[in-house]
Amino acid sequence: MPQRQISYREAVSEAIKEEMARDDRVFLMGEDVGVLGGAFGSTKGIYDVFGGERVLDTPISETAIVGYALGAAMAGMRPIVEIMRVDWMTICMDEIVNQTAKMRYLSGGHPEVALVIRATAEGGIGLGGQHSQSFEAWFAHVPGLKVVMPSTPYDVKGLLKAAIRDPNPVIFLEPGVLYGVSGPVPEEEYVIPLGEAEVKREGKDVTIVAWGTLLPKTLNAAQTLATDGVEVEVVDPRTLRPLDIATIVDSVKKTGKLIVAHEAMKTCGMGAEIVALVQERAFDHLDAPIQRVATPDVIIPVNRSLERLVLPQEETIVETVRSIV
Amino acid sequence: MPEIDAAKLKEIYTSMVKIRFFEERAIIEYRKGLPGFIHASIGQEAIPAGVCAFLREDDYTITTHRGHGDIIAKGAQLDRMMAELFAKKTGYCKGKGGSMHIADVDRNILGATGIVGDGIPIAAGVGTALKMQGLDSIMVAFFGDGATNSGAFHEGMGLAAAWYLPVLFVCQNNLYQQSTPTRDYCRLTDIADRAKGYGIPGITVDGNDAIAVAEVAREAIEKCRKGEGPILIVGNTYRTVGHHMGDPGTSYRSKEEVEEWKKKDPIKRLRQQLVQNKMATDAELDEIENNVLRELDEAVKFAQESPEPTPEEALEDIYA
Repeated sequence: MPQRQISYREAVSEAIKEEMARDDRVFLMGEDVGVLGGAFGSTKGIYDVFGGERVLDTPISETAIVGYALGAAMAGMRPIVEIMRVDWMTICMDEIVNQTAKMRYLSGGHPEVALVIRATAEGGIGLGGQHSQSFEAWFAHVPGLKVVMPSTPYDVKGLLKAAIRDPNPVIFLEPGVLYGVSGPVPEEEYVIPLGEAEVKREGKDVTIVAWGTLLPKTLNAAQTLATDGVEVEVVDPRTLRPLDIATIVDSVKKTGKLIVAHEAMKTCGMGAEIVALVQERAFDHLDAPIQRVATPDVIIPVNRSLERLVLPQEETIVETVRSIV
Repeated sequence: MPEIDAAKLKEIYTSMVKIRFFEERAIIEYRKGLPGFIHASIGQEAIPAGVCAFLREDDYTITTHRGHGDIIAKGAQLDRMMAELFAKKTGYCKGKGGSMHIADVDRNILGATGIVGDGIPIAAGVGTALKMQGLDSIMVAFFGDGATNSGAFHEGMGLAAAWYLPVLFVCQNNLYQQSTPTRDYCRLTDIADRAKGYGIPGITVDGNDAIAVAEVAREAIEKCRKGEGPILIVGNTYRTVGHHMGDPGTSYRSKEEVEEWKKKDPIKRLRQQLVQNKMATDAELDEIENNVLRELDEAVKFAQESPEPTPEEALEDIYA
């Protein structure tokens, strides 16, 4: 029997529904997550099953939303928060960074601060400077947070379930451009542990670590390169904090070459961290300078041609690979 | 005669004395070399003592950087608090939180936020958890007048009001946001009027009159417990010391003003009320004070003799 195909968006909603059915402490809150089913449709149908008691449409008050979720978590609940766009998490950075991430440490080991903050990330659909950014590195910089950024329907479902069950605050970033992409997701229940990378394609010539929108682009590029006889190994970290550096290093030891590809800005992006970790652990195995494929330091323009120009594309990856193999 | 009985008022008196003596002792120890900041609340004790006297153990509180009083009034142990000021392993936060973050999770004291206003939305979240869990416990958020200008105050109050949450918001209006007078940054003469904007009751009380605070708090707590929350109480008061130990508190306030407020000392005032109404004798109240002083000697000894955290503990408690 062929495996069931569902979209990334449906996989998100399915994970939340299953976890809410499994655990009474789990509830969902955010702007327009209820009746509307989320600005991007990723919480569709949840309100119909669980009603307004457990699916809370909030005012446009990002600070209050995160503070509120933290309070609820401290009193024993397991909230799932949706902040519509990662761009707007800047509004509640204080509640995330100073309160949520530090509550356990500062309070002498509060038993659990279990909450998930979900947000749509990345651009590619012409939404412009305040609706297209990707801040995974900002959150990965903060001890006390976990950061997850899944790129396939299968991964998003399994990782979101793990994030909801995790006793720590988890920042869960969903690339908006992938919501409509479908992939195989089994009917049976499964959970993917946080902190485990996956080799999405095996190869011997070069390792590309990629996530978000850059993962499908990298897989396509790998396909193109294969026709030229270049075998690319693609590693998807899936969780950025804690980062499964061991899987990345193992791959680099095999191929001797590394490219990190992400849509976030290049300067101080997560790629810089991965490059540093790899040179600490696998310096002697490197046969070429490590490369980064990322967005140059610009504001994402709304003009579609300009946006396409600044965001890394499949051909950017192909060219970068050719420059080092 | 006050409506509150003598036993309850003596409990409030004890609580106020604990707060005052704890902070006076903390200041002495701080000058000898404790780490971090200490923001004392000397002069403001009637508000936490009057409010917490009507809370149950299963009610929750959260406070601010100036929170020793709120934490003591909710029942935290003085020895573990003092040990935290000494940054020792036996402190409430294992020596890693300090004065601004003391929490006693077992007593539902969720701690303190070192960032003004942040506790207000957190309080709303606790309120919703209590409602979802079908409990009749309530949540109390303590904060100062400075917090009422933060976005967190506005957003948190708005949410708590819209969702009818069992949260009591208690503003200790000590008239200064660090050094800036409240009247310079808030057009309202009465902070409690802000409650109108959220459609909830706002009550102003003389925050240096413990009996008045207790009467208002008792009624507000009952209402919150019955589902008639949230409610905002504003106690007008004054800290007779500086913002923290590095601030003598004299460059932005006149000596006369400080002296005037010292005359309104809430502890002396409650003592007078109790004795005049024959609800307690001076000897009884002296004994309460002596017992607290003894408890504090023991708390300091406990803190001094407690071990330092081990080096590896610096890296613990980041994740569960």
